[in-house]
Amino acid sequence: MTTIKQLSIFIENKSGTLIKVLNLLSDAKIQIIASTIADTQDYGIYRVLCSAPREAFTILKENGINVQLTDVLAIAIEDEPGKAATAINALSDAGVNILYMYSFLWQGKGVLVMRTDKSDEAMQVIARKSIILLDEDNFKN
Amino acid sequence: MNNIIPNDNCPFFNEKMETMTRAEIEALQLERLQATVRHCMNSPFYKKRFQEAGITPEDIKSLDDIRRIPFTTKQDLRDTYPFGMASVPLRECTRLHSSSGTTGTPTVILHTRKDLEEWAAQVARNLWMVGLRPDDVFQNSSGYGMFTGGLGFQYGAERLGMLTVPAAAGNSLRQIKFITDFGTTALHAVPSYVTRLYEVMRSIDVDPRRDTKLKVLAIGAEPHSEEQRRRIEEMMGVKAYNSFGMSEMCGPGVGFECQEQNGLHFWEDYYIVEIVNPETLEPVPDGEIGELVLTTLCREAMPLLRYRTRDLTRVLGRSCPCGRNHVRIDRMRGRSDDMMVLRGVNIFPIQIEKILMNFSELASNYLITLTTDKENDNMLVEVELEELFTDDFHRLQDLTKRIQRALKDEILLTPVVKLLPKGTLPVSDGKAVRVVDKRTVYQ
Repeated sequence: MTTIKQLSIFIENKSGTLIKVLNLLSDAKIQIIASTIADTQDYGIYRVLCSAPREAFTILKENGINVQLTDVLAIAIEDEPGKAATAINALSDAGVNILYMYSFLWQGKGVLVMRTDKSDEAMQVIARKSIILLDEDNFKN
Repeated sequence: MNNIIPNDNCPFFNEKMETMTRAEIEALQLERLQATVRHCMNSPFYKKRFQEAGITPEDIKSLDDIRRIPFTTKQDLRDTYPFGMASVPLRECTRLHSSSGTTGTPTVILHTRKDLEEWAAQVARNLWMVGLRPDDVFQNSSGYGMFTGGLGFQYGAERLGMLTVPAAAGNSLRQIKFITDFGTTALHAVPSYVTRLYEVMRSIDVDPRRDTKLKVLAIGAEPHSEEQRRRIEEMMGVKAYNSFGMSEMCGPGVGFECQEQNGLHFWEDYYIVEIVNPETLEPVPDGEIGELVLTTLCREAMPLLRYRTRDLTRVLGRSCPCGRNHVRIDRMRGRSDDMMVLRGVNIFPIQIEKILMNFSELASNYLITLTTDKENDNMLVEVELEELFTDDFHRLQDLTKRIQRALKDEILLTPVVKLLPKGTLPVSDGKAVRVVDKRTVYQ
C-alpha cells in the first residue's frame, strides 16, 4: 500500500511561466501522465503526475522552480457510470475528506488522483473495499 | 510676544514680516543666522561640530558663509537622542515631540515656550493668508499627541482666533457630524483622507456643497499631485492649499501656499532655504530640482543648521502677486533617500524587509510598488517564496494574511501582499530595486 509522488509546482499567473516548466521536463525526457492547474488571481499550482517524479523534482529545483513532492493517492476504477460515486462514498463514510482531485483515463480504466486529509484511513478503506490502488511503477516509462 | 490679531480686511497676519523686500529679508536672515549660530554654541553637539570644521560663529559674515557650516542629518538627531542637541537647559523647555522611531532610534525635538508661540504664529500666518479669520470654524483631523499635525494646527488656529474643533484622526461619521453641526469652514486633513470623507459623505447623502460651510482645506503630510488637489477642490467645493511641515523644524507652518496656489511660501524670517544637489551637496540654480536644506532662524530649544530634509523640490520664484517675497517652493517631488510617504505615514523599505525576513517561508527578494488608485495611495508587496512548503491553497493564503498582518503592525497600513515563485523578480547588477513609485504625483 503506498502513495504516489506528485509534483506540485508554484507558478506565477502570467503568460510564459508554464512553458519553462514543460520545457525542463521535456528536455529530461520525462513523460507527463496527467496534470491540472489550479489558480488564484496571483499564482497557480500546477500538479503533475509523471514518469519519474523524483528526477523531475531535482531538475526543477536545480532550475530555481518552487516545487514540492506531494503524496497523493491514485485509484483505478471501471470506466462505467457510478463507479466514482461508489469509491468516493466509501471514503466519505470513513470520514476522509478530499482536498483536491483530478481524473484521467489510463489503460481503459478511470484513474482518480486525490489528496486527502487522512491518508492512512483512506488507504484502509481502499484495502477493505478492494479498490485498486496504483503505485509509481504503473506509470514508469 | 505680540499676540495682536489684525483687522479682518488686512491680507497679512504679520504685515511687516510678510511684505519685506528681498533685501530686507536677507538682512534679517543674516542677523538671525549669526544669532542662531552663536546660540548653537550652547549645544555640545554644535560646539563640537564647529570645532571639527575649524570654524567659529564669527566666520559667518554673509549669508553665503552658511555654506561653511556642515550639514545636520537625521542620523545626527538619532545619535544625540534624546537631548544631546539642545541649546538650552531642559528647565527652559516646555514640550517635546518625537518620531515613532520605527526605523531605529526615535528623534526628539524640544520646544521652549517661545518656540511654541513662534510655531503657532507661523501656522496662524498661513491660515490667515488663505483667507481664514476669527469668524471661521477650524476642524483638525490630524492625530494629536506626538504627531505635530495635531497640536501644531491646534495652537495656530487658536492663535488666529478661530473656533477650533480638535476632532483628531479617524471616525469619519463623527467628523462629518462635526462639520455639519458646528458649521466647520476650514478643515485640515491629509489628501487621501479628504477622499475618504467625501465617500462617506456621499454614502449618507451629505453633499459638501449643499450641506456644509466648508470653504478651505489645508492638505499636506503626504505627496499629492496638482490633479489630486483639483479633484479634491471639485469634490468638496473648496479651495485646497498645500501645507509643508516637518517635526524637525517645528511641524506644520514652515511653508504654505497663498491664494495664488503657485508654490509654497517658505517663511524666510524663520528659515534659510537652500536647494542642493543631493550628490555633490552644492547649491543648484533656481528652478532646478534638488534636496531641500533648512536652517532655523528663531528656534531656542533646538536650532538646526543646514538640516538635510531629504525632500526633493525646487525654487519657483522669489516674488508673488500676493505681495509676499518669501521664496516659493514647488510641491515635493520625491525623496533623496528611500523613504516613502504613504497616507501621511513615513515608511522605509528596511521596515518591510525586516518583517519579511522573519518568515522562513520567504526568499530574500522583494519589491514594493506604490500606486494611486482613484485618490488613494496603495502599496503592493511582492515577495518570492523560498520553498513550496505546501500545495494547499489555504495554507498559502494563510501565509499571505500573516505577512499582511505583520506588515500592518509595523507600518500601520495594510499592503496588498503577493507571493511569487522564486526567481520571478528582476535582479539588478548593483543595488536591488526595492521600490517602484507609480503614484501619479511623481509622474
